[in-house]
Amino acid sequence: MEGITPIVMPKWGLSMKEGKVVSWLVEEGTRITVGMPILEVETDKIANDVEAPDAGLLRRRVAQDGETLPVKALLGVMAETTVSDADIDAYVSAYETPAAGDETDADANAYQQIEVDGIRVRYARKGATAGTPVLFIHGFGGDLDNWLFNLDAVSERVPTLALDLPGHGQSELRLPGTSLAALAAFVVHFLDAVDEPRAHLVGHSMGGAIAAQVALDFPAKVASLTLIDSAGMGSDINAGYLEGFVQAQSRRELKPVLEQLFADPNLVSRQMIDELLKYKRLDGVASLLASLAGSLFSGGRQASTPVLQLAPDSLPVLVLWGREDRVISAGHAAHAPAGAGVHVFEQAGHMLQLERASEVNRLILALVAA
Amino acid sequence: MARRISLKTAVNEAIDQAMQLDPTVIMLGEDIVGGAGAPGEMDAWGGVLGVTKGLYAKHGDRLLDTPLSESAYVGAAIGAACCGMRPIAELMFIDFMGVCFDQIFNQAAKFRYMFGGKAETPVVIRCMVGAGFRAAAQHSQMLTPLFTHIPGLKVVCPSTPYDTKGLLMQSIRDNDPVIFCEHKNLYALEGDVPEAPYAIPFGEANVVREGRDVTIVTYGLMVHRSLEAAATLAKEGIDVEIVDLRTLSPLDIDTVLESVTRTGRLVCVDEASPRCNIATDIAAQVAMHAFKALKAQIEQVAPPHTPVPFSPTLEDLYIPSAAQIAQAVRRTTGGK
Repeated sequence: MEGITPIVMPKWGLSMKEGKVVSWLVEEGTRITVGMPILEVETDKIANDVEAPDAGLLRRRVAQDGETLPVKALLGVMAETTVSDADIDAYVSAYETPAAGDETDADANAYQQIEVDGIRVRYARKGATAGTPVLFIHGFGGDLDNWLFNLDAVSERVPTLALDLPGHGQSELRLPGTSLAALAAFVVHFLDAVDEPRAHLVGHSMGGAIAAQVALDFPAKVASLTLIDSAGMGSDINAGYLEGFVQAQSRRELKPVLEQLFADPNLVSRQMIDELLKYKRLDGVASLLASLAGSLFSGGRQASTPVLQLAPDSLPVLVLWGREDRVISAGHAAHAPAGAGVHVFEQAGHMLQLERASEVNRLILALVAA
Repeated sequence: MARRISLKTAVNEAIDQAMQLDPTVIMLGEDIVGGAGAPGEMDAWGGVLGVTKGLYAKHGDRLLDTPLSESAYVGAAIGAACCGMRPIAELMFIDFMGVCFDQIFNQAAKFRYMFGGKAETPVVIRCMVGAGFRAAAQHSQMLTPLFTHIPGLKVVCPSTPYDTKGLLMQSIRDNDPVIFCEHKNLYALEGDVPEAPYAIPFGEANVVREGRDVTIVTYGLMVHRSLEAAATLAKEGIDVEIVDLRTLSPLDIDTVLESVTRTGRLVCVDEASPRCNIATDIAAQVAMHAFKALKAQIEQVAPPHTPVPFSPTLEDLYIPSAAQIAQAVRRTTGGK
């Protein structure tokens, strides 16, 4: 309808089907600007603020606190005062939530598998097909769902790729080697396999160190580097976290370990713990993670620091960190290469890309556009 | 990669992968290969409901059809376990355990203790449990409490395909005798199960639904009835937490106590007969260890203390329903 802008339930990650409205953060009558947090939504994976994708005057809060609604359901209505209440009523009652059917098919296709160096890996491809893609590389013990809040948002502007590293997520439980060089070579072979000559690399934690190693060993493959709470920028790392993560067998053991990843420990949901336990229980995962941690992070020391070897101004680099990171100290951000953009976020921990998704997404898009 | 498979397929896959990974895993049972005298072609029976279908073709003589003598082949499996094998014995129905009680209660369960830890008995006895199959009083019982009563036995009763594969794998790897209970009315249930082998440790209950107001503690088919009840109650503003025990011995009482301490209300749901069952055990332990947390009486939902009826109408009435569970929850909240 003319002059009416709907606010709908967002889709965070490939598997989200519905979300629960925890609470509204703004009153009716509020003048909303783009990026303003307007309500809090909880999914089976995580809770987060919904930020306004459009600007406008909030006229109607349609969704009630506590209500569980499907993706794209109408949450609220924005319109100028020239639109009558009756028109808004009519709009709300006529609104039909688009069926999830097509969307689900598209998402099923978003997950793909490919064999690289004899190892089957799962990856996701989203967004436009033309242009240099952004490749997201998760950290130790993670998977591509660590980019839950990033993949969709970034792929609205540029093509994106994300993979489950070998031995992680739903990829085959084998490693091409336990050194950064072996993992970096694997990532390059993955890019070759999906026919991408070059990519903007975004790496989290261990994934950041892998991305930097790619930039050192295969500079032609890397258009830019975004390092989020990255390994490879200093010598120390939280040995207790790594050991706890590798050893934990039960929900009771794993929960306090995962809480160290966030500034707000309430973000660790039952689903998040369950999914990690499902991965960790697979035969071979415990020894695989132990060998990887032993090679890269033995005794709380990082075996190599590729970011420190990057030549000054050799490529665009962005360094992002959560001030309260309890796995890798935010102090390492000071070691960013000359010319890099550095942003340290208060009240955020190691999983910065989840805790501060929209700011991280904006900075990635700005770097990619530059 | 995970894919959707049935609980029945999850059982088959766990046995298949355990046999691939460990040459000492063998299996004995009635008609598990092809019936007496049959060569075991692909179209063979694979047990009374076809759970082991196809395994003989892959693993040959490691699966053995036995005469209709539970006491003999369960005893043989226990003996083989003492001598270094990891046998799986399949009893068609838990109801038939009666004829092999000595082998299970007095032999398998006691060896580790009586030989000062020098003997281990890594045997798994798989069986179907539960009512609702129109199979009458001798093939429909939920006899889990008979086995939790015996020290030295482990007792498992999964509710999902994922738990079934992981817990059966753990049962086969475990060095003690395990009674593995498969609910016949859950065989067709589908769920996401990873292709790769994995094991779920014993003694960890699963919180299948988080809630603030009332804790339901249950296992097996009743997990699903409780979830139905919780969906109904949610519309009335009652937020139910459901704890799926998964393993009944060892029992994860800590998760139960933590939950009840938070909610203050407990409903125990059990498909076993109401006297001295899992529900009464949970109720007693909570009353002993978390009495001060309770805001209301503990409720039990269980069948009546009768044999399982053969009349379909009566059998349906016999099995605890979602409506009965919801009503019990309402009694603890004063109809809130």
